[in-house]
Amino acid sequence: MSPPAAESYLSDGRTVWSWLTTHDHKRIGVMFLGLTLFFFFLGGLFALALRIELLTPGRTVMGHLAYNRMFTLHGVTMVWLFMIPAIPSAFGNFLVPLMIGARDVAFPRLNLASVYLYVLGASVALWGMFEGGADTGWTFYTPYSTTTGTAVLPVLVGVFIIGFSTILTGLNFIATVHTLRAPGLTWMKVPLFVWAIYGTSIIQVLATPVLGMVLLLVALERVVGAGIFDPARGGDPILFQHLFWFYSHPAVYIMVLPSMGVISEAVSAFSRKNAFSYRMIVYSTLGIAFVGFFTWGHHMFASGQSTFGSGAFGAMSMLVAIFTAIKIFSWLGTLYRGSIAIESPLIYTLGFMFFLFFGGMIGVAYATTSLNLHWHDTYSVVAHFHFIMVGATVMAFLAALHYWFPKMSGRCFPKKLANGAAVLIIFGFIATFVPQFLLGNLGMPRRYADYPPHFQSLHVASTAGASLLAFGFLVIAAYLAWSLRYGAAAGDNPWGSEGFEWRSASPPPTHNFTTPPEYPTGPHEYAREEVPHAA
Amino acid sequence: MNELLRRLFFLPEQGSTFAVKVDHLHYVLLLTTFAVAVGIGAVGIFFLVRYHRRTASDPTPRVVAAPWMEALFIGVPLSLFLLWFVLGFKQFVWVMSPPQDSLDVYVTGKQWMWKFTYPGGPSAIDRLVVPAGRPVRLLLTSRDVIHSFYVPDFRMKRDAIPGRYTDLWFEAPRPGRHLVLCAEYCGLDHSQMRGEVVVLPPADFEAWQDAQRRNLPVAALPGARTPESMAVRGERVAAAQGCLQCHTVTGAPHIGPTWLGLYGRKEPLEGGGVVLADEAYLTESMMDPLAKVVAGYAPVMPGYHGRLSAEDSGALVEFIKSLRPPRPGVTAAEEPVYVPTGR
Repeated sequence: MSPPAAESYLSDGRTVWSWLTTHDHKRIGVMFLGLTLFFFFLGGLFALALRIELLTPGRTVMGHLAYNRMFTLHGVTMVWLFMIPAIPSAFGNFLVPLMIGARDVAFPRLNLASVYLYVLGASVALWGMFEGGADTGWTFYTPYSTTTGTAVLPVLVGVFIIGFSTILTGLNFIATVHTLRAPGLTWMKVPLFVWAIYGTSIIQVLATPVLGMVLLLVALERVVGAGIFDPARGGDPILFQHLFWFYSHPAVYIMVLPSMGVISEAVSAFSRKNAFSYRMIVYSTLGIAFVGFFTWGHHMFASGQSTFGSGAFGAMSMLVAIFTAIKIFSWLGTLYRGSIAIESPLIYTLGFMFFLFFGGMIGVAYATTSLNLHWHDTYSVVAHFHFIMVGATVMAFLAALHYWFPKMSGRCFPKKLANGAAVLIIFGFIATFVPQFLLGNLGMPRRYADYPPHFQSLHVASTAGASLLAFGFLVIAAYLAWSLRYGAAAGDNPWGSEGFEWRSASPPPTHNFTTPPEYPTGPHEYAREEVPHAA
Repeated sequence: MNELLRRLFFLPEQGSTFAVKVDHLHYVLLLTTFAVAVGIGAVGIFFLVRYHRRTASDPTPRVVAAPWMEALFIGVPLSLFLLWFVLGFKQFVWVMSPPQDSLDVYVTGKQWMWKFTYPGGPSAIDRLVVPAGRPVRLLLTSRDVIHSFYVPDFRMKRDAIPGRYTDLWFEAPRPGRHLVLCAEYCGLDHSQMRGEVVVLPPADFEAWQDAQRRNLPVAALPGARTPESMAVRGERVAAAQGCLQCHTVTGAPHIGPTWLGLYGRKEPLEGGGVVLADEAYLTESMMDPLAKVVAGYAPVMPGYHGRLSAEDSGALVEFIKSLRPPRPGVTAAEEPVYVPTGR
């Protein structure tokens, strides 16, 4: 358990104060990683509580009010405190400057401010949740959210503050990628993870202000009775849904685009192959960031929106699906004739591809409009977005955590155990969420504390799967915590990756690079011309 | 085949003409998804086995997709998706366009119950009775927050939104019973906001509706008697006794004063003075209407003393008490004109 030999960002100041006042993008990334992991744990506990309540129809462990507060807690925590910052703020902060050969991000102090804004927002939101317990769901639909007696206000304010943290992070990445790329690193050599973070940042900067506005309007409605959304005061409740989904649909891509970037990196690193179609992935990333803004109405097919409007939003949603399909084919093509190492990040990558495809295809089915009328607001939708959020994003988050764990800590983790845990997580996921698809087909609406008895068997199956999933996460937490202290030294590049971030030491020194890196080729070029390919 | 696939995918009974159509598209989509997913999985596993890493420095070739491959990867899913969209949207347009000859029923969502009102006939709570083989159009609104009227057997839902109307139509080909659920989160008892659709053979439906209109209990028919509150009973009595021919419940003055917001109001009297419209005054006005006539109205109302039972007059008072603008600031015109805002 000797500390990593060379001077690194970890040994540059060991006091808590040196972490709290750091401007180092790597330390900020690590802080975000710790915070988001904590909230992932909390959100997971809330999810388990929900699953336990749903074991039996009628009351199992909590009443309706407690259940309604619990799913609100779960949603708000997972969406705003974990999903949105997880990959961009944690891994993006750590890796983007390393990948583009920069010393830090463009605005290091703003970067630190985004940590504090996030902590402040999270504290206000959670304080509100535990004090008064908002029961609106994470979607805050009016007029319920403007009339319910629970503490909606602090949650709105908390999420509003977190929004600023998101905007600052996005702004920082856009400026960084534009201005701080090392000489010679042209746009078409930029690693795909950086492209993904860049696309995400554009969405963050453009969409999050709309969320801020709509939350502020709901708050105004509650405090002074502004009459914007409440029909009792002459407002329009559907206007809220348009504004909310104008943010929240692109927000889905804030959550899933970075995970696609992680997969692009992992697929290349573990098959020792260049991306099958680099430009298709780049253009589809930008395509998703753009077209994602024109699909929000597909959340409102049952709301009485005009038939033509629903058709237009349905057709646009099909286009977004195309961009995702293109990426899946490119990743699959990357594996072709590669040298594929069965390591935990690759196992998660395969799970990711399958779940993203399956969840995405259900999204395509919703976009046909007619099928949506049965599935809308049922467990089918719950399963669909958990396939994307957990099946895709959490798998990618775990892939990133394992792939870059040696980069960040300088240590190895027990690989066999990690592979076993990855398989466990994938099966736990299937057992949890496939029954929820079937529940949706059977007609079980979402946000139900209680249900007619014919839904029970599938609920029991889902809860069983959730406990398997929880066990898998505990195993991962245990061995990663152990490895932080007792793991063997990893060396600079334990995976033999040609990703640009591995050109600095692991863990990297505070200044990232001692000599300016050069970029004769794009990332992940493994082919050696002198070694001819065998058959 | 239809039955096999329906059970395989855990879909409920096909209770409407739309359900049959949409399920077929459902099968096509899900089977294609399964086929392609299995294909992708098989290719992935084949690559994993065939190109498994043997040494740490296995050489790999540089493979880049040719433009025709990229075009294929974009073109094939795009044409498939657009085909599905065209098929689905055709069904969607069909199901969003109610036929001309449909039977209208007004539906009001309220935390946490459904109220069904027939334009010419009775109203009922949580039980919608419709004839088989005839299109039915529901006009939905809400008295408080957003609800969503959902019948899984019909593969159909539509939001009920306060302050506006949405509509939904269906045709149930066979008699039967179907669960109604609320699909839009609406607060504490969201999960208890259930009802049922009872589909009767057309002749039985006519008989049921006649019986309801004549206010006769028909024990043999389902849906004949719902447990009712006094206000609901009062509404029925008001219709049966002809009160509503002179008194509106919409806020509009007619031959007599409107009942909307009447309870608790201070009414100026013909010949001077003011009276508070409380239980006592309302009951007095039924029994001895000419004693205190509200200013501006002709003394034409017949007395109901001896013609109304105590239960019925109490029920009427309760009904009038329930008729108030639902929240401060809502004008009567925003409320459904034809739906008594009961309960």
